[in-house]
This record gives sequence, C-alpha cells and structure tokens, in this order.
Amino acid sequence: MNSRTADRIATGVFIAIAIIITAILAGLFFYIFVNGFKYISFDFLTTPSSNVRAGGGIRDQLFNSFYILFITMLITVPIGVGGGIYMAEYAKPGKVTDFIRTCIEVLSSLPSIVIGMFGLLVFVNTTGWGYTILGGALALTVFNLPTIVRTTEDAIRAVPRDLKEASLALGITHWHTIKTVILPAAFPSILTGAILAAGRVFGEAAALLFTAGLSTPRLDYANWNPFSDQSPLNIFRPAETLAVHIWSVNTQGLIPDVEAVSSGSAAVLVISVLIFNLAARWIGSMIHKRITATK
Amino acid sequence: MVTALKERTTMDVTAPSHHNDRLESILSVNNLQIFYGEKRAVNGISMEIEKNSVTALIGPSGCGKSTFLRSINRMNDLIPGSYAKGEIIYEGLNILAEDINVTALRKEIGMVFQKPNPFPKSIYENITHALKFAGIKKKSKLDEIVEESLRNAALWDEVKDRLHSSAYSLSGGQQQRLCIARTIAMKPNVILLDEPASALDPISNAKVEDLIVDLKKDYSIVIVTHNMQQASRISDKTAFFLNGDLIEYDRTEKIFTNPSVEKTEEYISGRFG
Repeated sequence: MNSRTADRIATGVFIAIAIIITAILAGLFFYIFVNGFKYISFDFLTTPSSNVRAGGGIRDQLFNSFYILFITMLITVPIGVGGGIYMAEYAKPGKVTDFIRTCIEVLSSLPSIVIGMFGLLVFVNTTGWGYTILGGALALTVFNLPTIVRTTEDAIRAVPRDLKEASLALGITHWHTIKTVILPAAFPSILTGAILAAGRVFGEAAALLFTAGLSTPRLDYANWNPFSDQSPLNIFRPAETLAVHIWSVNTQGLIPDVEAVSSGSAAVLVISVLIFNLAARWIGSMIHKRITATK
Repeated sequence: MVTALKERTTMDVTAPSHHNDRLESILSVNNLQIFYGEKRAVNGISMEIEKNSVTALIGPSGCGKSTFLRSINRMNDLIPGSYAKGEIIYEGLNILAEDINVTALRKEIGMVFQKPNPFPKSIYENITHALKFAGIKKKSKLDEIVEESLRNAALWDEVKDRLHSSAYSLSGGQQQRLCIARTIAMKPNVILLDEPASALDPISNAKVEDLIVDLKKDYSIVIVTHNMQQASRISDKTAFFLNGDLIEYDRTEKIFTNPSVEKTEEYISGRFG
C-alpha cells in the first residue's frame, strides 16, 4: 500500500468517526426533544410536582438543580482555581507534588454513588444536618473540585512562558503576574473547564440521592429569608433535583403520567445544560474581549 | 545605596536617569560562574560593562552569552536547578546575593526578549501594566509616560490613534518596539536585549537597531546578538563568548578589525559558529 492510499484511508476513517459521533449526539438530542418537547409548557415549569395526581410540574426540582449547582460552584471555583494555581505555579516538582496530583486524579474518577455514600456518612449523619442542599453541594464538591484544579493547572501551564517572563522582567511580583497576566490569559480555558464540570454537576443524580434527598418541602418563593424552612434559599433543607426527580418518578413514581413527567424533565434538563453552556461561553468571550482589548 | 536596593520596592520613575559621565562602569562582573544543575554554562568570567554604551555579546549558540545576560536581572531564577557563583556588582551591591529584592532589581535592569512578547492587552495597557504596579495611578501621569515611552521607542506616530487596540494587532517589529517602550517606561538604568531583532524582517530590524543606538544616551545597554553586522553597527564594545568562556572583550572596532585572539578572528570571519 503506498502512502497516498494510506493517507486517503486515514482521512476516511477519521471522517467516519466524526460522523458517528455527530450522529449519536444528534440522534440523542432528537429523541429527547421529540419525546419531551410536547410536555414542556409554562405550567409544567411553574407548578410544583405531585406525588399521586397527574399534571404535576417540575418547578421546585428545576430551581433546586440550579441552586445546588450555584452553591457547588460557589465552593469549588475559588478553592479549585486556587489549587490549580498552586499546582502550576508554586508546587515544586517532586514526590509530594506527584502524590498530590495522583490523589486529585483518583478523587475525580471515584464513582459518584460511592461519593453519595460518603456524603451520607459525613455530610448527613456525622454533621447531623439530615438531607440538605449544603450536604448535596459538598458531595458534588468532592468530585467537582479535582476537575477544576486539574483544568486550572492545565490552563495556566498552557499560557506562553514568555508572557510570564515579560511581566517578571518588568519588576512585577509573582503573585501580581499571576493575577494580571497569567489568569486573564488562562481564563477562557478555565471557563470551559468549569462549564464542563458544571454540566456534570447539573445532571448528577447518584451522589445526591443520599445527600440532598428525594423530597422538597413546600416552598414559598416570596420568602427570601434563607433561615426559614419554606424559603427556597435555605441551604439546610432537603432538595430533589431534576436529575434525581427523573430517576425517582421512573423507579417509584405513583403518578399516572410518569412518561410525560420524565420525558419532559429530561428535555428540560438537556435544554438547560445547552443554554447554560452557550450563555457561559458567550459571557466568557465577552469578558475575554474586554481584558485583551480584541475586537 | 547598598541597602536601598534591598529595601526598595517601588521606584521613583520621575527621577532623572541621565548618566553622562562616559566610560564609567555600571556593572562589574567578577569570576561569574553559572550552573544548570551539574552542568556549568558560564566558566568564571570577569568584565566591566560601561555606562551609556552598547555592549554586544556574541558567540555561537550554547556559548553562555544568553545565560550570562539572563543572570544580570536574575531571570535565571525561574529555571529550576540553576544557580550562580561569583559576583555581579551593581551600585556597589552583589546582585546575585540571596537577599536582593529581585523585583526592585528588575525595575532598574529591564529586559527585552528575542520573541516579541506583548501582553494580550491593549497597546496602552501594555505600558501601564508595570507602571500601575509601581504605584502610578493618576491617568494624566500614565498618559504622559505612555506617550513619552512610545515616542522614545519610535512607535508613537504609528499607534497614537489606536492606543486602545490589542497589542496583537501590531506587526512583529511594532510589537518588539512596544516591548522596548514598556521597558523604558520603567526608567531602568540598564536594558538587557536578548537577540531583540532576530525574529524581525530587515526593515523592522533596522528600526530596532536605530532605536538601540538612540537609547544609549539615557541607558546602558547589553545586547546578545547572532548577527555580526548588527554587533559591529550598533555596539561600542563587544564580548566574544565560546563554550562558557569570555574569549575576548574590547572596543568593537578592535574586535572586528584586529582581534587579539585567533578564535575571535575565526568566528567573526564566519569560519565556525
């Protein structure tokens, strides 16, 4: 076989792989949308779920999903980015650093059901909180944090070395260089990593089953006091998320319209992740343009 | 003065930086050795670098000239396992000492790199970046320094209407002059240039060369170059390095017309390297 034939075959194989991936993704989206889209309505999104009757919505589950995501990111982004900066800029190469890196990798690849069990033990029982949003967010932090650390470290290492040298050569301290040169340059990659991590958190069910629980108290959206039991903002209340809701109506739902609720929820979940991704990317590119003065 | 550099963290950039007393030395290098781990890259060199003149460091790749240059503002500190022995005396102080305030040192001894490396910010912000860190916050003062340093770097006329566009929109030669502008905005005493024109086209190269000659009335300049013509055109003194040794160091005309060492003659006539 001559090299031209080999080249053609390689090109063909890669194109085929690309087509397969795109087809699977498109098929999946198509299936979810066709099945679920017809159930999505304003009512569906704004009424609380029902345990026995048909016609329940997903208002609280949708809110819980975003709220747990928000709390999780609030905990993981500052700590994770800080850890990534440490790993990329301060950690001296050696056995200790290698050990830390291995721990981070193992942590991020733990099965989420195991993290759920760990969360039950620590954030639910040991703390005595019971099922809470905070417990759920902390469980999600366990596998989200390593991802953010890793992404930040990689993003910082990908910043051209000569930018760092340029700043240091002007008599600027290491920390100020990180803050004003390295982090802005690494920002788009860190953001992408955070979005991917957020997508995983948003769709996570197993880790939340035993930490945030399968129920939501009656919420009063006019109540903004975060210490009140009825307030949606209370982080010490149980909260069933959308992903958990899909699982629970399918396995133990008593409602007659299980099909409608789970298909509709699945479509909402996917659309939310999609909107979330696009919005985050758009905001990220706006910020990037602002700091780099590119048009 | 000795304690000043140790304690100084910000610099008065308004201080006059004219040093017109010629032939006075600004840097004294005594038996400098530089190591990368086990490997010795510079073998005990000694030389005086004069104030307000251009000193060229020439020699084949791997001869230690860039390593030497990078040790003058302690950029080698960034390379794990690298360390230096001996002395580089600046203002009566050994700048290789442990307790030197490296940040303050780099404000006084600036550096321009081989590849233009502007920050991914606007032209204006490329210059104000370090000024703001040095504590200059007033807009009018910043504007003034930006204009002055761009003028001194012969770039003002080309960019004055687009100061807030990205530095990446400039050509390679303009980017390099911006890097020079950003260095002189800090009003250093010494400017180190590491093959500053090697990545540029001939016209940009000529502009950067003219600029370097221009700058020596206010600054002491040390330049590493691979280009013999460049060294002979712009420098007052030339040092020839080979395998980590300083082979010959003399006035540039002398080096290029009548070198004392045979190796120098062979190198400048292009017989090796």
